[in-house]
Amino acid sequence: MSETSRVILTIFGTGLVTWLSRVLPFAVLKKIRLPKIVLEYLSFVPIVSMSALWFDNLFIQHLGQVPTVNVDYLLATFPAVVTAVMTKSLLAVVLVGMAALALIRYL
Amino acid sequence: MNTALTKSVALRETLPTVFGYIGIGIAFGVLGHAAGLSLGLVVLMSLITYAGSAQFVAVSMLAGGSSILSIILAVFLINSRFILMSMSVAQYFKKESTMKNIVLASLLTDESYALAMNKVNYTQGQLSFEWLNTVNLISYGIWAGASGLGAWLGTTIRHPEALGLDFALVAMFIGLVYLQLISDRQLGYGLQLVMIGLTLVLVYGALIFIPKNFVVLVVTLLACGIGVLLKHVRN
Repeated sequence: MSETSRVILTIFGTGLVTWLSRVLPFAVLKKIRLPKIVLEYLSFVPIVSMSALWFDNLFIQHLGQVPTVNVDYLLATFPAVVTAVMTKSLLAVVLVGMAALALIRYL
Repeated sequence: MNTALTKSVALRETLPTVFGYIGIGIAFGVLGHAAGLSLGLVVLMSLITYAGSAQFVAVSMLAGGSSILSIILAVFLINSRFILMSMSVAQYFKKESTMKNIVLASLLTDESYALAMNKVNYTQGQLSFEWLNTVNLISYGIWAGASGLGAWLGTTIRHPEALGLDFALVAMFIGLVYLQLISDRQLGYGLQLVMIGLTLVLVYGALIFIPKNFVVLVVTLLACGIGVLLKHVRN
């Protein structure tokens, strides 16, 4: 198999499984009603998944040992949090966060 | 965020996520190029696989000579968090046609999901097809464009990190967590603060034992269960 066809097969294979993860829950949930306990479980998904996507970026993994802190990211986190509290604007948080990190790296 | 669910509002509300997509998309293109993928294949992967961090894994595994099946399995496991996100957002589109549901689901991302979940806090639990579809389409286009740009720049940009672009997504999640915290009335402020603290502890612990790409999935599964228990204990 040529390298290009190997890559193309991988792309379509990974595309299919990803698509199924996205679409099947929608398709199934159109048919059935979820029990209350499952809905309650799902109500925690937003805050937990967003926090997890934030925190896992703040650490550098050393599998089998405790992670170390990504110091640049941690430092840039503070102005980003302050901006979030002060402005409640996502755009402002993103711009301040990026500028803070660029500055930290420059210094 | 405001209460309207129109296309033009969606355009404005997606803007903050665009920086994240551009930063990570360019990084993906640069990496894909370095791993030996042509510009066309880089863009094709962004259009077909469309899976952020999982694409980085797929490209590294391709370069490392992994079998196609093992790459597909890894990508599926990393992306199985979409099952949870899709289940949680699907609740809002039960009245829409199956076709519209499929269209929305096909392009759902971590970011569009998070935006949507923030949005319902401002709209009394309503979402519209137009709003989420617009958010999804912008994200999709920007992601493909940015990865193509990255593949093209691959040979010229030596230090993309100097711009701080790689922090755009992290910053966005910081903003989203805060907005979620102050606006989600279903769980309330105190319980959410506890959940954020719990998530931090779990992420730290999970990083010791679980490869990075599975941390978000495992922590989400675990923390949501603990959250349900906590809520029942408190009431």
